[in-house]
Amino acid sequence: MLAYTLRRLLYGVPILLGVSVIVFALIQFAPGDAASLLIPPEAPKEVVDQVRAKLGLDKPVYVQYVLWLGRLVRGDLGVSIVTNMPVASELSNALGNTLMLAIPAALLGFTLGVGLGALAAFHRGTVLDRLFSATAIAGVSLPHYWVGIVLVAMFAVVFNALPAQGMGAPGFPRTWAQIRHLILPVITLSLIPMGVVSRLVRANVLEILSHEFVGSLRAKGLFRRRVLRHIMKNAAPSALALMGLQFGYLLAGSILVETVFNWPGSGGLLNLAIFRRDIPVLSGTIVTIAAIFVVINIAVDVLQALIDPRIRR
Amino acid sequence: MKLASIIASATLLAMSWLAWGVAPAHAGGTLRIAMTAADVPTTTGMPNNGYEGMRFLGFPVFEGLILFDLTRSDVLATLRPGLAERWAQDKADPTKWVFHLRKGVKFHDGSDFNADAVIWNLERYYNTQSKQFETQGAAITRARNPLVKAYKKIDANTVEIQTVRAVSYFDWLMPYVLFSSPAQFEKVGASWDAFARAPAGTGPFKIVDFKPRTSVELQRNDNYWDRKKVAKLDKIILYPMPEMTTRLAALRSGQVDWIEVPPPDAVQSLKGAGFEVLTGVYPHVWPWVFNLAKADSPFRDVKVRQAANYCVDRDGLLKLLNGLAYPSVGFFTKSNPAFGNPKNAYKYDVERSKALLKEAGYGPDKPVKAKVMISTSGSGQMLPLPMNEFLQQSMKACGFDITFEVVEWGAMLVAYRSSPTGPQAQNSDAMNISLVSSDVSQMGRWFVAFNFAPNGSNWGHWKNETFEAAFAKIAASNNPKEIETELKKAHEALVDDPPWLWIVHDGNPRAMTKAVKGFANAQSWFQDLTLIDLVK
Repeated sequence: MLAYTLRRLLYGVPILLGVSVIVFALIQFAPGDAASLLIPPEAPKEVVDQVRAKLGLDKPVYVQYVLWLGRLVRGDLGVSIVTNMPVASELSNALGNTLMLAIPAALLGFTLGVGLGALAAFHRGTVLDRLFSATAIAGVSLPHYWVGIVLVAMFAVVFNALPAQGMGAPGFPRTWAQIRHLILPVITLSLIPMGVVSRLVRANVLEILSHEFVGSLRAKGLFRRRVLRHIMKNAAPSALALMGLQFGYLLAGSILVETVFNWPGSGGLLNLAIFRRDIPVLSGTIVTIAAIFVVINIAVDVLQALIDPRIRR
Repeated sequence: MKLASIIASATLLAMSWLAWGVAPAHAGGTLRIAMTAADVPTTTGMPNNGYEGMRFLGFPVFEGLILFDLTRSDVLATLRPGLAERWAQDKADPTKWVFHLRKGVKFHDGSDFNADAVIWNLERYYNTQSKQFETQGAAITRARNPLVKAYKKIDANTVEIQTVRAVSYFDWLMPYVLFSSPAQFEKVGASWDAFARAPAGTGPFKIVDFKPRTSVELQRNDNYWDRKKVAKLDKIILYPMPEMTTRLAALRSGQVDWIEVPPPDAVQSLKGAGFEVLTGVYPHVWPWVFNLAKADSPFRDVKVRQAANYCVDRDGLLKLLNGLAYPSVGFFTKSNPAFGNPKNAYKYDVERSKALLKEAGYGPDKPVKAKVMISTSGSGQMLPLPMNEFLQQSMKACGFDITFEVVEWGAMLVAYRSSPTGPQAQNSDAMNISLVSSDVSQMGRWFVAFNFAPNGSNWGHWKNETFEAAFAKIAASNNPKEIETELKKAHEALVDDPPWLWIVHDGNPRAMTKAVKGFANAQSWFQDLTLIDLVK
């Protein structure tokens, strides 16, 4: 198991290196550069040149990449060229804010997804199946920024019961005043994971139900709960893989949901960095999010191998 | 029936439970404003985020030697003494200006404002070798006031500033040079990053809390030097909120008292719900800047430019914008005395437009093909995509076949600063970029031939001899009558030989609760926040 885990970790290195090259190249291909948004359009050329030199934009591209990679390896993500704050500090704040949404959204989405998917499969063809399947499809299909706006219109504007935007006082939510700010964005964010997990679990459970071993288990006289446990254990690896990906997406932040709820998370930070051409923030955020994806997927691989020893082979 | 009552009661109970803990709509005299900016503007004393940054974290906190008078809505904002009590252009050498500083002014940190502080700040902006040189602040300031050549202290309360050439309107550029406390800069370790977290200016408000991407809190400066203009509000909290539906929801749910730029289609419902929606003409133009430097641009022919101006369905566009704009038929609004009496009074006149195009050699079989660079969004850009699509459709009737090069706002800024024939222009025949039309100094930036891009802001390389002659007289004159006369001539040239497609002036919409009182709605990109009060 240890060798398997180490092997998975080693696979992550070339992936991250590849990501760094792609990220850097994409930023270079984009029109304009960081200096263009720092300086008003009518700024004298002398000032433009000076700012470009200060940002290192006057150096050849490969030099810029090597310098950037060297700092990255040392854990230095650089300094934002707009706010002059260390990128690591900005990113950790933003990721912290995103985690406040992502964890409850994942818990809600995955729990509902597994529950609704399994129930739909066990009641195949019934009204319950249709209802749960429709709920799952709606979760995946409805644009979540639209759902967010509708929820805001209903609960913030019409009923004036929940805040329309923002996270209230910054920091870990401890008070009701802070928790109230979480409710609408968490519900909105949980819709997609709920929908996709539900669809997958339903399909998996249906497939497993058709296997002969399920009939054998029943024929052996096992209680229904025990049979259910066997079915769910068999359905777990692929559901886990999907949950890992979905959790990665949630951690990367949803630009749209964060925009609708004015939530200062990692999606919003990434969006802002793109529009500002804040290359240190942009590249640092993408690479970090990519690293998170890789780590989560390695964790999921290991978890799958623990559940199903065949995977280790 | 019984079940329905139970459900209704449970819903009401749930709503009251959710509503428990809702913050009060107001906390004393705290005004909460939602800005359109995506982040809190920088707090060193020269805010980024364009003029919205200047509106909320510029003038309320930091001040210039000269300030804008933002107390009237019936006239364009004029100048008033600020940190200088008076100023004058040297008659013997008109490149020199002497500023007599106000005595007894203190920065928020308690240190004195004096000639040393003025020179220190000018060094911060105009001397790249100074210890306090601030790259971002300098870039913004030098772009807005590029005429400062030299400066010196005459005595503790007098400074002299020399300009690169003699211009009578130099004082109109001085409000854009803001002053921060040198003592505070030293106290926080001679770092602008540290200063941004504990800034000190001289304005009627001081910054007391700053949360990046979340909010900034201003508190009334009780020791403000102008006793008549000590703010009425205790505090102002500013929230960056770039999404207009989010701003709308924040206002309607009572999370803020004031929003900038409400969605046009929400105006009626806001009014119906008892909110104030304020609009007013201000010095803003939303044009297409014609590219006359491109060898094959159809807009090189003045008849085509005039034909285009006769083919803008401004009324239709205003309907699209729900009335939150004003038709533009020149650089200045028609109510401005400097508008003059141009020969062309532009209105939507398809036949006249077609006739002009025929004279220029175009017709039904040979439409005017032109590519316009437009942005997806941006400061002052209003609603660029639907507005340009509307123009594209309406101008087809006259014989214009318009295509778009849609770019991101940053890419457009690069293109605007670069040569109109360079790769950044992407072969565009025009560019849709909103610009300032506040006064003669701005007119000079956009239209004087000396300012051809990439060295200046005349991107389209428009040159008109009548305009040049009139503008040279304006720059050299101190006679208001002569300036007024020449300004009219210059403006008439801008209408009859149009460098831009005159489309609309932004209506500067903002919405607020009825509790907000005293808002002057000045004809400016800036507003006076000291006049505002909250009456519950």
